[in-house]
Order: sequence, then structure tokens, then C-alpha cells
Amino acid sequence: MDFQVVVLAGGNSKNLTPLVSKELPKPLLPVANCPVLNYVLHQLEQSNLKDLIVVVEGEDAALLVGAWISGTFIDRLHVEIAAVPEDIGTAGALRAISHHLTAKDILVVSGDLVSDVPPGALAATHRRHDAAVTTMLCSIPVSGPLESGSSGGKDKAKKLGRYNIIGLDPSKQFLLHIATGAEIEKDARISKRILHAVGQMEMRSDLMDAHMYAFKRSVLQEVLDVKDTFQSLKEDVLPYLVRSQLKSEALLNRTPQGEENSNEKVSSQNNQAFISRILANASTPSFHGIYSENPDGSSSTRKTHKCCVYIASSSSYCVRLNSIQAFMDINRDVTGDADHLLSPNNIIGPSPKLGTKTTVGPNCRLGEGSEMGDKCQVKRSIIGRHCRIGSHVKVVNSVVMNHVTIGDGCIIQGSVICSNVQLQERVELKDCQVGAGFVVTAGSEYKAESLAKKEK
Amino acid sequence: MDARRMSRAVPRVRQVGFFTPNTPVQQPRPQSAAPSSESPPLSDSPASNSLSPVMIPPPRHLSDNLGGRTAAVPVPGRENSGELPTVGSYNPSESVLWLDSPPRSRIGDEELSEGAESSLGWYRRSNSAKFASSLPSGGFNLSTVKHPESVAAVEAKNPLPGKSEAQKEQASSSKPLKAKTTKAERRALQESQRAAKAASKAEANKSGTAGEAPSSKPMKQPPLKKDGPPVASSIAASERIGVDRSVEKERKKDLPPPRKQFDDESRGGRAKRRSVLNQPEARNRVELFRHLPPHKNGTQLPYLQSKFFELQEKHPAVYKVGLQYLAGDLSGGNARCIAMLQAFQEAIRDYSTPPEKTLSRDLTSKIGGFVSFLIECRPLSMSMGNAIRFLKSRIARLPLTLSESEAKTTLCSDIDRFINEKIVLADKVILRHAATKIRDGDVLLTYGSSCVVEMILLYAHELGKQFRVVVVDSHPMLEGQKLLRRLVVKGLSCIYTQLNAISYVMHEVTRVFLGASSIFSNGTVYSMVGTASVAMVAHAFRVPVLVCCEAYKFHERVQLDSICFNELGDPDAISKVPGRVDVNFLDNLTDKQKENLELLNLKYDATPSDYISVIVTDYGMIPPTSVPVIVREYRKEYLLI
Repeated sequence: MDFQVVVLAGGNSKNLTPLVSKELPKPLLPVANCPVLNYVLHQLEQSNLKDLIVVVEGEDAALLVGAWISGTFIDRLHVEIAAVPEDIGTAGALRAISHHLTAKDILVVSGDLVSDVPPGALAATHRRHDAAVTTMLCSIPVSGPLESGSSGGKDKAKKLGRYNIIGLDPSKQFLLHIATGAEIEKDARISKRILHAVGQMEMRSDLMDAHMYAFKRSVLQEVLDVKDTFQSLKEDVLPYLVRSQLKSEALLNRTPQGEENSNEKVSSQNNQAFISRILANASTPSFHGIYSENPDGSSSTRKTHKCCVYIASSSSYCVRLNSIQAFMDINRDVTGDADHLLSPNNIIGPSPKLGTKTTVGPNCRLGEGSEMGDKCQVKRSIIGRHCRIGSHVKVVNSVVMNHVTIGDGCIIQGSVICSNVQLQERVELKDCQVGAGFVVTAGSEYKAESLAKKEK
Repeated sequence: MDARRMSRAVPRVRQVGFFTPNTPVQQPRPQSAAPSSESPPLSDSPASNSLSPVMIPPPRHLSDNLGGRTAAVPVPGRENSGELPTVGSYNPSESVLWLDSPPRSRIGDEELSEGAESSLGWYRRSNSAKFASSLPSGGFNLSTVKHPESVAAVEAKNPLPGKSEAQKEQASSSKPLKAKTTKAERRALQESQRAAKAASKAEANKSGTAGEAPSSKPMKQPPLKKDGPPVASSIAASERIGVDRSVEKERKKDLPPPRKQFDDESRGGRAKRRSVLNQPEARNRVELFRHLPPHKNGTQLPYLQSKFFELQEKHPAVYKVGLQYLAGDLSGGNARCIAMLQAFQEAIRDYSTPPEKTLSRDLTSKIGGFVSFLIECRPLSMSMGNAIRFLKSRIARLPLTLSESEAKTTLCSDIDRFINEKIVLADKVILRHAATKIRDGDVLLTYGSSCVVEMILLYAHELGKQFRVVVVDSHPMLEGQKLLRRLVVKGLSCIYTQLNAISYVMHEVTRVFLGASSIFSNGTVYSMVGTASVAMVAHAFRVPVLVCCEAYKFHERVQLDSICFNELGDPDAISKVPGRVDVNFLDNLTDKQKENLELLNLKYDATPSDYISVIVTDYGMIPPTSVPVIVREYRKEYLLI
């Protein structure tokens, strides 16, 4: 289908400390005992996209990710791992691998997207409109307490308000305005030209950019070349393309019209014009077409390109793992409502050894080889592989990763405990994040804290 | 010609079909012998062969004996009569056979089984040979409606005493409705019945003739049984009655409720398997039009989109065109045809012959796959069928000595040539011709948005002629507004009105220019729905009607009405008025109320040639009666190009 897929897997994410570390880069962060990158790759594999470029920040992380991918998807996917320096942003990462891009259109997916929206839908929309860029929007997930009212004490970070202001045309097919998070203070600037051309704009704040884009390669490469200060796809490239859609300068002159004409190798220029007029008249003109028409009806000197959106239906699941809160939510959803996302290869292994009178509630996931003592309670939690949990331990709404040792009588609520952590007896944790390898001393009590080894 | 011959042939067969039920049970022989004696000559006539197995019953049937039609179904296959020298001749009568199958089954099985066998044999043929004459692309879809009007004609001419009797009888027998089944189901039933019968006959009929032995391959049976010892078979027949009845009852029980005709065509199973889109459930579709493929509206779009990457074998260009058809982004005969051809061109450019295959065969099947995908997105227009036929004939004619790259360039340039000569140049010629018919002071009326009419108007305007334009439009497409915009921008003075006001504006009109989707060889113009009324009103007001149509849209089919073959639009489109929330009377009906509502949104209609003054085409301005001449004379050259 002439699409190339780039997965921006990321590397270390500041938002997710202390969960991620050098040993555990973000793409490998386990969600329900399965690295988050797996969800994206699985989704792509399902869509029959087997040639991927995975871009990872940092050499070390790239090695780790590469090892994992080749171990997991051996001979199922053909993946190229590209390591890019850290902190060059998504646009920078694409710029770095720009020379690898050859196909007509590029599908860019964020590696932290947990979603069941088929990428084909986005690609098809992109093709149908012959757009310069198509982005997927999904409704903002209802984070926070769903059915579990007791899950309280979530990370306060979510209140930062990642608002998006998104302007759509009445048919909800074209993107007219986009402003994300930080840019919005009080006022939004909307291009008068666009507003005039469309006549009506619908402003939405309940939609979120899912960070899955389809770009026309020529457009993407030119933008990246010319605007070399652009750092982020979401905050720089996309708004730029949206802003300039009706006045795409020489920069973008290989957009719709150009492409279309090149398809038609009609002998005479005259006939070519004739045919394109027939085609143009037959199709319903978008506002781009109407705008680019000169008043006398002859088609156009003004260059335009289309920015399309694909709005995922509200029933589909689509969340990005970009904060600790999101991490908790995704863990909860993946074991609960959205359990169809779990690819079959990570259904629980041989069931762990449970002590007497130990209860494991619904929506839990226990990794293989974990052992639990007597009279434990596990509710709505995920426990990784080879954990050893003592007696009288209570784990609620929490994520416990691999190789964790939990002493007797611990109470863990709403917390994330990374790999190789040791909790000694009678520790009480509430809404905490415990970094990898940390040792919590016996009898200590923490609330809403982030614990990590400081030895760096 | 074909059509006429057929219409002569068919009624005879029909009479046979209708008369048999009336014959007393005791003497089936003479009656049943009749068809066999007279059918052989008929069977040889190509005309009868080309009748489709699944005929779309003419409207009359639907109204008066629907029950009969649905009761038809699985014609019980008896083993003994596999013969059929006369395969073809029975086909036309097949629907009739089905009609009265219940009474008949009591009489003589030979008849029935013959019907069944012939239908089966016929299906087979239709798959292979038939396509030579039907559109290569269309597959069953087109072939089923191949000669619909001839059916209608037959119906009209049919002397009906026998028929009405048959119908009465049928009504009195009042069989419960039964559905037609798919080929596979029928086949299965047939086998089981055959087995049952064989068992009963083994005891009863020891003298049984060789041919009566149950055979697993009905088609291959020696064609003689019919004339075999009548006594024996009549005995056998009487023996079988009991069995048949019970079998029939069983059949009734396990048959699904009546289904739409579109679904139970023989292609059903195969098409389903192949189909990319799932067929929407046809609720609330007008009875008369259930044989038409249901509209695939926007609900299919997300589904198809989500499968974007799974359909690797569809070339992206073809896929894109398909999406555009489905989403309605692209409409208009010429544009759709050009878009399709250009997509094929790209697909051919990217094509490489797989090892151990020859280009001509593999590419043909590949194109066939594309075409069936496009058909699923939206039924093809006749013009596209012609274009596909052209392309396939070009592929078939490629010299074997040509290398792959040469072959591909040849094909691409052929496609270019087709577009240039058959569409672009043709349009230019039409412009010239039509412009001569526009005089100063004229008031020209046009309907909808036809690209060639638009070009004519603009061309005449450029020539400096002074005229006014009346653009007539209709819901729900409102394509006229697009045309209007472009005309007004160019400085033409226009009047815009809706179809229902046509008789008021027609007074001052001096010429009517219409576009066409296709013109059939009886001069019938197949065009956007509403065209026929415009032409009729114009005719009544004695305003000349000029139909502008490129010759590649001519089709050798003959069609008299717009029922047999048509396209259904989105039914919701007509129940809603865009932008008028106050006109929402149909919005909040309950589901139960909606059951009483059937929405019909037809896309095309057929304008009889009587209303057409002249057809402006690239071969000049011709009367509608000359269409078959063009089709006949230029067809060869056109395929050779």
C-alpha cells in the first residue's frame, strides 16, 4: 500500500520517573506484564504492516529494545531499529531517519499508544482525501475513578490539564485549528483566511491527538528540511501544516494538485487539463478547492494542502502512556474493560503458587512463577513474574513488576513497585512509586511519595 | 436482433410450462414429451442461451404471484432426466417452472427435474462461456440483467390464458412461501432427494431404465431418458409422488424465510466469500426493487477503511478509487471511468508477472479482482463496463512475443488512447456538433449536472452566443447547484429551479440538453433519475430534446424500464433534508413504525426513445434509432482501436 511505518518508541521519559530507568526504557515498561511497545507492534502486525522502523532515543535503550523485539517478534516482523540522540524531539527523530523514508506516505505512530483503532482507517482516510497530513483524534479518556470509587488518590499530575483545542470543519473531516497544552493560555488565534474559506468551524476540547499521523512524505521531508527548528511533531509540525493549509507556499507545491497531475501521463497538456477538469468537477469540492478557485472559476494559482482528521469512534480504546496516571489507568483498563488489547502471547503463564486463604479478585493478572503466602488479598492489581509475597499482604489497585519481594504484613494501595524492589515487613505504601531495586525498610509508611535509589 | 429472436422463442416454452399443470395427473407423458420434441431447435439458438438463469421477474409477477415466485426454490432434482439436449431452451422458462413447481411435482418429475438440471447446467455455462457476450467485468451481476427487457417483452406478448389459469391454480393451492435457496443448498437438497427416491425406486421399479439409476453427477447423464419407456417412468412417477410430498414438506420446514432476490442469485455464495464489504442487511427496501444490490452507504466506509492494510492485493490506486466511489467523493460517468482507468494504469505499471504465469492471463484475473472490488464499492456504470471490456480485450490480444515491460507500456498507452479518443476527443466533437444547435436567444434547459452539457454551454458562451440557461435540479443530490455555480461564475445567465416546477419553466425553453449514463440499442436513454420526466415534459411541450453522450457509453443491451436494472442510492438521503432541522418528520419514528416505511432512492431512470429528438455523439447527430447501428458498426473497430 506504499506506506512506511515509523514507530517513535522514545527512550527515557521524565514524566515516568521513577518507573523508567536506564535498564528499563519506556518502550519496555510493562503494562499488564507486557512491554508497552508490544501493544503498538501487535496492532500493526494485525494490520499486516510488517516492515517497521522503530526509533529509540539513546543507544543503550535501542539495544535493549532491539533485543526485546528480535526475541519477541522474530521472523514475524521485519523491524529496523534506529537509535537517535536523546532530547531531539519527535520531529528531530524523524529528521534523523529522513533518508530512510522512501514510500509515498509515512505513518508515524507513537510507541506509547495503547489503542485498538486500526491504523488502516487512518491510512485510508489519508489516501482518500489525498491529504498532506492526517491525524488521529480520539476522545480524551475518562481518567480517574471509573467503577472503582476507592481507587482514590491518583496522581495529581493529571490536573495539569492537557487540553487540546481542535477546530474542525462541519463535515468533521478537515483539521482547521490545533493548539495543544502549553500554548493555550487565554486566547486562541485562528486564521481568518481559513475561517473565511470554511465559513463554519467547530471547536472541540474533548478530543485528543493520539499521536498517530499519516504524512505525505514529500511534505514531511520538506517541512523538516526547511524548518529546522521544529522539535516536535505535535507542537510544531502539525500546527504549522494546519496553519498554512490555504497558503502553502512554494514549500508545499507538490501537494494534491501536483501529485494528481503527475499521474496523468496524457500526451497533450490540453487533454490533461481537460481530464483534470472533468475529475475536479465530478468530485465534491472541499473548501480547499473552492478557495483555490479564482473568482473567475479558473483553477488556481493558490496552493493548498489538506489536513485531515480521523476521529476514532468513541467505543474504541485509545490512550497514550505518557504519565504515571496514564500508566495506572492503562493497567487497570487493559485488565478490565479493554482486555481484548492483550495479545494472546501474554496470557498468564502457569498459575502462581498461592498460600492458603489467599484471595485474588477479578481484574488481576499474576505473572508466572510468583509465590504468595497465606491470607493475602489481591484486588485489581497486576503482579509480575517471580515475585515473592509473604503472608497477610494486601495489594489493591497496584502494579507490582517482576522479581519483587514483599515481606509479611505489607499493605500496598494505588502504588507502582518496580522490578527487584524489596519491601520488608509491615510496610505500608499508599499512592507511591518505588523505583527499581529500592529497598523499603521494615515498618515504614509512605504516602504519595516517589521512592528511588539515589546512588547514581 | 437477438432480442427479437428470443422473444419469439421464449413464449412457446413458457406455454409449455404453464400448460402442464393443467393436465390431468394420469397422463403426464404426452405433455411432457411436447417440450422435448420442440425444444432442441430452440436450444441451439444463442438467444435462448443468453437468457439469464436468475431472471428478474417483471413487475407484474411481484404483485400478483409473489408467493408463487418464492415458493419456487429448490426444484427437486430427479435423477432420471438428466438428459437435456435442450438445456438452453428451458432456461427462459425457468422462472415459470419455479412458479408452478408445486403442482407440477405431483405430475411428472421428469419435467421438473429437467428444469432443475437445465438450470444447473445453465449456471455452469453462465460462468464460463457466457461472458463472451456479457460484460467481462460484470460477472453475474451484469449477466443476470442481461436481457431483462426481453423478458418483459415476452411477458407482454405472452398469450396468457394458460398463465392466468396457472396462477389461479397456484393461488388455490396456496402453498406457504418458500425461499429460493442458493445453489449449494439446492444442490444438497437435490442430492438428498435423489437418494431417497433411489431407495424407493429400487423396490418399485425393477425394470428401471439404465439412466434412472441415481447418479452423483446429474449433468453428465446420457441425454435420452426423456424418451425412455414412458410406461416405466410414469409408474415410477406415480410411485414417487408420496415420497416427493414428504420431501417437499421437509423442505418447507428447513427452508429459511424468503430472502431478497439479490441474495439468492447463484452468485450469492461465491460473491459472499469474495466480498470485501459485508452486505448490509436490507431492511425496509421497496419490494419491487429488492433484486437490486443494496446501497452501501457510509456505514461501510469505516469498515473498509479499517481493512486498508489487509487488502494488499488491491493496488493502492484502485483502492483509493474504490474508497472514493464508496464515499461518494467521485460521481459522474466520465469521471468515474477516467479515475478507474487511471487506477488500472497505475496498477499495470506496478505489475510484474509472477513466475510460471503468463502476463495476459494473470493480469486479466488481476484486473477482474480490481473490478469486482470496485463493483462492491458501487455498481459499475455501463460505460465503465465498456471500458473494462476494452482493456481486457487489449490484454488478450497482446502478442505473446512481447516482453513484460513492452506489454505494460502498450497497455498503458492503450488506456491513454482510450481516454483521449473515447472521452476527451469525443467530448470535443460533441461540443462542436451541439454548439451548432444553439442559436442566439435560445433558452436551454438542462437537468442535473452533466459534464458534457456543461462544456457545451461554456463553449457556446465562448463562441459569443447569447442564450439563457435553465438548470433543473432535484433532491437529494442537488448536483445542479454545482453546475450552476460554475456556470454563473463564467458569466452565463441562469435560472435555477427544482424538478417539480418543470412544467412551468418549460414554456419558454427552446432546447433541452441532457446528459446520459448510457444509451441502449433501442434508443432508451439511461440517465440520472428525473431525466425521463424532463424529457417527457419537453416532449409534451414540443421542445426538442438533445441527449449528449459519448459513443463509448452505448450499450447493445435493450431495456424498456428502469426496474430491471438500476442502482439504489442511500435511502436515508431522501428522508432527511440537509440543513433543515424543522423538516424532520421522519426522524423519530419508532422501530415498529419504521417497519411500515420503505424508502426508495433510485439513481437512474430510462427515457424512452420517443421523447428524444436527437442524440449528439462523437459520430455525429443521430436519431435514437441509429444507436444499434453505431453499436454494431463501430464495436469491432472500438475493440480493436
